[in-house]
Amino acid sequence: MAKKSFRQAVNEALAQEMRRDPTVVVMGEDNAGGMGAPGEDDAWGGVLGVTKGLMPEFGRDRVLDTPISESAFIGAAAGAAATGLRPVAELMFVDFMGVCFDQIFNQAGKFRYMFGGKAVTPMVVRTMFGAGFRAASQHSQCLYPIFTHTPGLKVVIPSSPYEAKGLMTQSIRDDDPVIFFEHKVMYDDEEEVPDEPYTIPFGEANITREGDDVTIVAIGRMVGFANQVADKLQADGVGCTVIDPRTTSPLDEDSILESVEETGRLVVVDESNPRCNMATDIAALAAENVFDALKAPIRKVTPPHTPVPFAPELEDLYIPSPAQIEAAVRDVASRAG
Amino acid sequence: MLQLSRDDLVLAYSRMCTIREFEERVHTEFAAGGIPGFVHLYAGEEASGVGVCMHLEDKDCIGSTHRGHGHCIAKGCDPNAMMKEIYGRKDGLCGGKGGSMHIADLSKGMMGANGIVGGGPPLICGAALTAKTLKTGGVGVCFVGDGGSNQGTTLESYNLAKVWNLPAVFVVEDNGYAESTASVWSVGGSQVKRAEAFGMPGVQVDGHDFFAVYEAAGDAISRARDGGGPSLIHVKLNRYFGHFEGDAQTYRGDGEVEKLRAEIDCLQAFRQRVTETKLLEAAQLDEIEAEAKALIDKAVADSVAAPPPTEADLLTDVYVKY
Repeated sequence: MAKKSFRQAVNEALAQEMRRDPTVVVMGEDNAGGMGAPGEDDAWGGVLGVTKGLMPEFGRDRVLDTPISESAFIGAAAGAAATGLRPVAELMFVDFMGVCFDQIFNQAGKFRYMFGGKAVTPMVVRTMFGAGFRAASQHSQCLYPIFTHTPGLKVVIPSSPYEAKGLMTQSIRDDDPVIFFEHKVMYDDEEEVPDEPYTIPFGEANITREGDDVTIVAIGRMVGFANQVADKLQADGVGCTVIDPRTTSPLDEDSILESVEETGRLVVVDESNPRCNMATDIAALAAENVFDALKAPIRKVTPPHTPVPFAPELEDLYIPSPAQIEAAVRDVASRAG
Repeated sequence: MLQLSRDDLVLAYSRMCTIREFEERVHTEFAAGGIPGFVHLYAGEEASGVGVCMHLEDKDCIGSTHRGHGHCIAKGCDPNAMMKEIYGRKDGLCGGKGGSMHIADLSKGMMGANGIVGGGPPLICGAALTAKTLKTGGVGVCFVGDGGSNQGTTLESYNLAKVWNLPAVFVVEDNGYAESTASVWSVGGSQVKRAEAFGMPGVQVDGHDFFAVYEAAGDAISRARDGGGPSLIHVKLNRYFGHFEGDAQTYRGDGEVEKLRAEIDCLQAFRQRVTETKLLEAAQLDEIEAEAKALIDKAVADSVAAPPPTEADLLTDVYVKY
């Protein structure tokens, strides 16, 4: 099986679904690039090259470059989805949700309920997220908790290239509005990815490591960090189960609760800001449902309650690190059963 | 008289009367305490919604505003199911989950009243994109108020519709007030010049004159269907009730509404025009009015008697599958 990057995995899923279904269109700023300009066509293929090559194959009618007008084109994706297309709209950085959130959470996310179950809105919003790119406060956030909070939306956060392809294929085929988060630091990560199309179902967590002592729930880029820690602590006799929820809405509550019942210890690793994030949500879930099984306080590993800083020294301190995860795991593991 | 047949005129007058009767009854029933929530009434503006929607089929989509009941009826939605929706009933048009501000029927191309001012134009760009991509021959028409015309979503949508050359029409219904604020104060420049600034045709029409609206809409919708891109119609009209029911309207002039009702009412103007030109008989028009009244009487009676949703309905219809 060929090794592919996260970028290639997403691109391949888009291309295969566009071949399979003529109603799939992609749209966004510079998704091809060079529109109306004298130089190369398909000049960019997206700001980080994820949609490169789609326009030459599928044409400008299905790879729609847009003005820098997120409200208009994210809303257009919602309206197109409700009337018969399957648009994949790119919100370049999730930080830009501030200028178009109404169209996502008040319009697309609520159509089905408000209209008494008669609307189907199969749109995907692809969006880059995450710190580590030295891009500072307005291009680095992890805003998935805000979308997870909203009934009617599904929220997908792949943790590797294999996951990205299968989850993107499912996102496009899914009949509900999906927000698909791509961590910008992971685009060049590589692993074996099948050539043929495949789907990964939503709401089914992936158990990436198994151990008896501590459950680590980690999201997105943090899954790789949690795996590193689990591998290291295995040698010291601390067994960790690592759970990648894959989707925060729907959330596979059962897999998390079953594991915590077995280990009695929970660490949640979340790159989003700590108030009302996935870590608080998952900690509350465990506290409410498996309190009697807990042998130690639940630990959360998150950034501080600050914007993402610019200076590399500060940004490195901001992002949850494997060392912080290890310290949290060792702390809970040290508590007697 | 344009290309309107007698059947067309009967349909147009029937829809206008149905809207008027619907809104007058919602006004009365709301005051009596039978209807929950917020309602925003369209009475006085009937010639606009009907004049535009007479050109549309089910495959054509419209976006609407807070003041959406008239657009629904003009687009062919069932007034009985609409009334039940406004009463919050289980067999309302949206199962009692949307209510007045979110009333919709996608099967009729009615993409929803909208609780967000300026929420509709991007959605209608999307509907127009679907029509263009799938080559359905359909168009997207978005009604926006003078208040909504000042939202960034609306101006962004003008630009997107232009650069994508979408089969879209923007209908700015300017009833003189965004909530309590006069449009002569809140709108910078002119609606028509705004359209022209985005490179699309714009025209202003008298919204009390069904025939003027019908003609302008015919031009804009044909242009859109023929691949000529988007355009804008600035409809000047008036509302007979407050921004919402319960609005004391202290911002309006003394006797303003009474004068409008007496002097430039769109139903009276229609009646006068078609009887003077002998296209329809007065008796025929009386009959249409009586039918509209009976239809709405029944809709109210049915709605009062209809059961509310049940507890199980709270949790359904959030997702197709979750």
